[in-house]
Amino acid sequence: MNGLRGHRLNVAVGIILLFMPFWMGAIGGYTELASRILVMGLAAMSLNFLLGFTGVLSFGHAAYFGLGAYGAAMAIKYLGAGTMPAIALGMLVATLAAMVIGALIVRRRGVYFAMVTIAFGQVFYFLAFRWNSVTGGDDGLTGWHRAPIDFGVATLDIFGSDKAFYYFALVIFGVCVAAMALLLSSPFGRTLIAIRENERRARFLGVPIEFHIWLSFVVSCLFVSVAGALYALLNNFTDPRALRFDLSGNLVIMAVLGGMRSFWGPLIGAAIFVALQDFVSSRTENWMSVIGLVFVLVVRFFPRGVLGMLRNAAKA
Amino acid sequence: MTQVVLFNIFNGLIVGAFYALMALGLSLILNLSGVINFAHGGFLALGAYLAYTLIPYVGFWGALIVAPLLTAALGLVIERVLIRPLYGGDPLYGLLLTFGLAYIFEDVTRFIWGAQSLPFQLPAWLTTSLSSQFFFVTGYRVFMIVVVVAAVGALFAALNYTRLGMRIRAGTRDLDTVSTLGVNVRVLRSLNFGIGIYMAGLAGVLAAGLLGLSPTIGANLIMPSFVAIIVGGLGSLLGTLIGGLMIGVASGLAAVYFPSATEAVIYVMMGLVLLFRPRGLLGEEGRLH
Repeated sequence: MNGLRGHRLNVAVGIILLFMPFWMGAIGGYTELASRILVMGLAAMSLNFLLGFTGVLSFGHAAYFGLGAYGAAMAIKYLGAGTMPAIALGMLVATLAAMVIGALIVRRRGVYFAMVTIAFGQVFYFLAFRWNSVTGGDDGLTGWHRAPIDFGVATLDIFGSDKAFYYFALVIFGVCVAAMALLLSSPFGRTLIAIRENERRARFLGVPIEFHIWLSFVVSCLFVSVAGALYALLNNFTDPRALRFDLSGNLVIMAVLGGMRSFWGPLIGAAIFVALQDFVSSRTENWMSVIGLVFVLVVRFFPRGVLGMLRNAAKA
Repeated sequence: MTQVVLFNIFNGLIVGAFYALMALGLSLILNLSGVINFAHGGFLALGAYLAYTLIPYVGFWGALIVAPLLTAALGLVIERVLIRPLYGGDPLYGLLLTFGLAYIFEDVTRFIWGAQSLPFQLPAWLTTSLSSQFFFVTGYRVFMIVVVVAAVGALFAALNYTRLGMRIRAGTRDLDTVSTLGVNVRVLRSLNFGIGIYMAGLAGVLAAGLLGLSPTIGANLIMPSFVAIIVGGLGSLLGTLIGGLMIGVASGLAAVYFPSATEAVIYVMMGLVLLFRPRGLLGEEGRLH
């Protein structure tokens, strides 16, 4: 359950990720796909902070992913910001939005929470869609690209080299994931799990439930916005689809597909989902049906996800 | 100017009537079974396209009757095969499953009927304007209002005065007790689901006449329906109805004064409702949080 406990799994995941651009080609992938898996994996793991470890059903995380993406893209396009300040700005915008909206919805639970988050997610979609002059509307925000990062002594050319960008994203991924693991093993994280397991009992123990859920929501949205900013940098582009509700649903299915009770599960789910989407959409126009079928099959046959199943198999 | 404002209020009421029809079906299913039916928009689109296909054979009136029934029949099958096993479990799974179904519906609709918008044939007498001064009051718009009022009236009458309706209302409050009293809860949930999907199909046929046909017609209407339910209050069908009409009028008015906020305004309303009256306008405290 805890990211720090299963050391062998951590090392294995680390090694796999460290060499992903190299073995990706051998199985028919490409470096950009590896980066996309990394970014979506971070998004799904961030969502799972709330979904799997706090037990709160958010179906609107695309909003904060998209705010991170637009924040970073607009910072580069309009302010000429460097890569790191752009990511920071995306995080800031998304986190502020999450703080306000979180305060409005934190008392809702279960289906009600899900519905409210879905609906609120659409505000930003329509903002991006309608506010043509600034966001580029439906066509998306173009005319900018990520810039090489200058460290003074050396320059990392994340624009010219796909691999350089991958490793740049991997470092950020690592920092975010380590931060989430630390948070989850802290008293704060333990309290979140207590809320997930038995909210009423936690309340009787004097835990301020609403504040904890709000904070978990904000933390989750903060990390998901980092993924969003990376996604915009990866594509040198962002459009309203980065904010739309289908992305929210996709993030949830990634978490469930991999196993939302485990720390790394959502990353595995994201890898499967992104690779499948890439594979299917290059072969058939009807890829939406295939993706839909994945949802149905996962719910009916693998509700505990890949890691959940492996764990059951290991016990048996 | 008054005419423009009146036009948009009128338009808003009509759009709101759609939202209400959609949202009432969603609400019925959510209240009794605890499932957010994300595929509701898919069913709506299916109703619309079925009507399009049926019109050459059975005419507009036949299609208006048959298409929603066929949609409801498919709804019953899907409920039986896919959704029933999820009752009582984590609401996450119902949401994910219907979310996947929504993808499949949209894709299949596009596959069968094509991605382009299709024209929807209406009887000629329905398309004429009824008043030269209020040009926007076309026969079809009035007709739509009549159908929606009739459908909603029939629904409320059925819920209040029939045995099935009473059982649905009772089940919404306490399904275990209803089951203990000897009511077959499975059948009750199925029928309730069928009624909800019927409303979606009917909304689809009506929407096709107003907006034309496109595979995303349902996806565009489902979000406002969620907002209608939240604004009206979870658990209250009357609230859902009022919520739907309110957000319809609000977006109609926004279209006059702040065109770019046409869609966003309903979410602002939802935010305000959550801030000042978290349970929604007519929602009951303590239910379905």
